[in-house]
Amino acid sequence: MAKQLPLKELHVAANARFGPFAGYDMPITYPLGVMKEHLHTRSAAGLFDISHMSHIEVSGPQAAELISRACPYAASEQELNTGRYTYMLNDQAGMIDDLIVSRLGDKRFLVVANGACADKDLAHLTQLSSDFDTTVHHIPRVFLALQGPKAADVLAKFVADSSSLLFMHVMELDDGTFLSRSGYTGEDGFEIGISLDLAEAFAKGLIADPDVEWIGLGARDSLRIEAGLPLYGQDMDEDTDPLTAGLIWAVPKELRAGGSYVGSQALGEIIANGASHKRAGLKPDGRAPVRGGSLLYDGDGAEAVEIGVVTSGGFGPSCGHPVAIGRILKTAGTTGDHLFADVRGKRLACTIEKLPFVPRNYYRGG
Amino acid sequence: MATVYFTEDHEWISVDGNEAVVGITDHAQEQLGDIVFVELPDVGSKVAKGDASIIVESVKAASDVYAPVDGEIIAANDALEGEPGLINDSAQKDGWLVKLKLDDASQLEGLMDEAAYKAMVG
Repeated sequence: MAKQLPLKELHVAANARFGPFAGYDMPITYPLGVMKEHLHTRSAAGLFDISHMSHIEVSGPQAAELISRACPYAASEQELNTGRYTYMLNDQAGMIDDLIVSRLGDKRFLVVANGACADKDLAHLTQLSSDFDTTVHHIPRVFLALQGPKAADVLAKFVADSSSLLFMHVMELDDGTFLSRSGYTGEDGFEIGISLDLAEAFAKGLIADPDVEWIGLGARDSLRIEAGLPLYGQDMDEDTDPLTAGLIWAVPKELRAGGSYVGSQALGEIIANGASHKRAGLKPDGRAPVRGGSLLYDGDGAEAVEIGVVTSGGFGPSCGHPVAIGRILKTAGTTGDHLFADVRGKRLACTIEKLPFVPRNYYRGG
Repeated sequence: MATVYFTEDHEWISVDGNEAVVGITDHAQEQLGDIVFVELPDVGSKVAKGDASIIVESVKAASDVYAPVDGEIIAANDALEGEPGLINDSAQKDGWLVKLKLDDASQLEGLMDEAAYKAMVG
């Protein structure tokens, strides 16, 4: 039985088409359709209900120590009111989940986890917390993302100080609402965690703005692929280490050889030995979308050798052509080189491209 | 005068003599959403009823279109190569997919007319 979003009735009223994702019945598209929803987000402001994502609060005297045990970074040095992209590793340095961890106080952190990983993340953090003087608890709330070049102007009508917030900075309002200048579209925007009793009125206010449209998971996927942003469960999982996934940048240099975080020894060894595979942006040369799961080859003949796999792919409405992200052998080529994706038995030529496919428009001030 | 039939898989087939034009229904294009790519069979190739002979890809996913009858492909809608969105704009006219030469007109007998199809999709 799929879980239902707290604001489901708003999506039903907006004529959303629903589909299963992360155990929830999620809005996939609205009547605008994926293409227009995607383009609207890039030109105005899109409102996403991402309440399938889970909010976990870690608090107590040793909150920073617990975070630094679970995630490969020094949480005690994290600037107050900032968010940070990180992940939790298992003992083999496979990724349990990728996260945004925000520091809300000296001894208080908010972990935002992927919906499909919410239960295991909470269990993992709770288990680790037995060594520390902390509490770990899930906060039930609605989580909305307002994304696009007009997001800041729109949100300023509701939250006065919001537009001065910088990318990956966060604030808490007096009523407990959590606000972060972040998102997963490559555009400027905000993610808003809001209590169940305040959420409906807040969402209704935003969607009434003429610049705002509801955007479903379909466009969320095409937006994030164009922006070169990986999705847990597609581009990486518990068998993928962060070096292979192209996400090692999130680990401070001094912690790459080792540290006291879970998975540090394995990660140090992987870094010392080098990963066999790497992440690559792929632009199919033709018009046919190349989707996740397609195998990649070094040629289109019978003797071609398998060199990787497409982890995410589809059509990029802003690019006007198909876009994909793959995991390929480190030796398989670099930007500008060609490889071939197997799509329904045909070998389709793809060019290795730098990610992202579209420039990211984050607000860093100035 | 052509007669239009409909399949349970949301294709239409407009038959005139032993030739037929095939496409997907307006209901189908609406369900699929924005179409970004169409893979059509080669002219001259043979298809059998039920073959997944055509692929229609939306932003979201790839979908098979099944041949409604046995026959030979005598034309493919080349306009879809540059403008796959024609299917969204005009699924039952300009967004046609292929023309077939029918092998066996009796295969049409199990198909629906427009009223029956409309009743099915509600």
